[in-house]
Amino acid sequence: MKTYAYFPGCSLEKMAHSYHQSALETARALGVELRELEDWNCCGATAYFHVDELLAFTLCARNLAMAEQQKLPMVAPCSGCYKNMYFTREHLAHDPDLTEHINDALAEDNLKFAGTSPVHHLIEVFVNDVGLSEIKAKVSNPLKGLKVAAYYGCQILRPRKHAKENVEQPRFFEDLVAACGATPVDYPLRLTCCGGALIITNREAALSLVRNLLESAVRAKASVIVTACPLCQVNLECYQKQVNREFGTNLNVPVMYFTQLMGLALGIPPKKLGIGSELVAVMPAIEQARQAEPAPVAT
Amino acid sequence: MNPSTTETVQSPVPPPDNGVSFVEEISHLLYASKGNPINTCIQCGTCSATCPVASGGFMDNSPRRIIALIRAGFKDAVLKANTYWYCASCYQCTVRCPRNIDIAELMYGLKRYSVWRATGQEDLIGPTFTETFVKMILRTGRSYEPVLATTYLFTYGLPEMIQEAQTATTLMIKGRLPLLPARIKRLDNFKRMIKHIIPMGDKE
Repeated sequence: MKTYAYFPGCSLEKMAHSYHQSALETARALGVELRELEDWNCCGATAYFHVDELLAFTLCARNLAMAEQQKLPMVAPCSGCYKNMYFTREHLAHDPDLTEHINDALAEDNLKFAGTSPVHHLIEVFVNDVGLSEIKAKVSNPLKGLKVAAYYGCQILRPRKHAKENVEQPRFFEDLVAACGATPVDYPLRLTCCGGALIITNREAALSLVRNLLESAVRAKASVIVTACPLCQVNLECYQKQVNREFGTNLNVPVMYFTQLMGLALGIPPKKLGIGSELVAVMPAIEQARQAEPAPVAT
Repeated sequence: MNPSTTETVQSPVPPPDNGVSFVEEISHLLYASKGNPINTCIQCGTCSATCPVASGGFMDNSPRRIIALIRAGFKDAVLKANTYWYCASCYQCTVRCPRNIDIAELMYGLKRYSVWRATGQEDLIGPTFTETFVKMILRTGRSYEPVLATTYLFTYGLPEMIQEAQTATTLMIKGRLPLLPARIKRLDNFKRMIKHIIPMGDKE
């Protein structure tokens, strides 16, 4: 069994609790142990990097040092947390003076950063470490006929341009959706920003980005959007009413986490995946797809 | 783009006594970035075209224009621009820049530069939101959404406010809003750790 130091991040405590639940359930079903870091602290989100990099790095380094203590690679389900941890580790690894300075501060909590724990996003763990063929083999309830818009968001890929990632034309999310038996749709805005924290700091701009994205997915006949980030989920789902009011649209698309989609395909009951806490119900779309598919012919 | 912003462009600021010009100061903000320095910019405008916020017409100065203003030494215009506060950090500009400049990182750098000098436009929510968020983390080690709402709700009109309240109520019913702030256990150690990095008073 593969074990990871699991950094849930603040959103998953409440707002995205269903992501937390479904991450744990899906991981268990795939033989992955997510061991939650004890006493983790906020990664600083984007706000901290707006004020002071040194302190922002220190906040992340504390979490990384705790994962190192456990001798485990770190996994973050939130794209923002992931990006912050990933780059903190990168920066510190290349800057011994910075590391020394931060380690002085970490000593107050009896911790030390050495850079020994790599950082992964949860979707990477499933796609790369578990593997699509392994997932496919464990799918007991293929989501046949379900048209899914896989939404990558920004922070998983683009910041890692220098790491020789395919940041412009990735396919892994669509492949994961296909591994669950569902049909990924092609839509132009699958990699475009949802507005992120602008939903608070520039509502007008963010709502327009959300609207473009939702319309792009709906035009491609997606009946559900799947995300890998709690902020993307909230922006795309919880602000649909505001978008409709602002732009006179009539959008009503369910937005779920990829772990919920995987969980359903793996035969985990919806309730255990936190399905039911969303504002636009997910299950009708799932049921509709199931009923539209012709029943399998017994042979 | 808003044409009135051209009026806010005064004159280039002469280099200060310490001999470090504005463009050098800003270039230094990117010292740790893997990309090229901003003086390698060819003003092609790919950043502005690829930016979902700028191309939506929401920025008073596009990223390309901000870089031009920096290089020409228009410090006041840069510090009064909303460009970097309206940057969603999506990194599309960084990925597409043909000169390999880390523009998203530059936007972070400009936010820090203006936060410490308190030079931003007064009606921007970004700096207030940032301040509230940071203070909250330093107090408890964790984020707590309801506190953040106070930073922007006052800027809303009544219809937006009502809609926001409706969404919040539904989220509350669905169990997605925390009633009490979370805090980390080793908070004393955490606060001492922070004091190592930035000196803070004991009062909240």
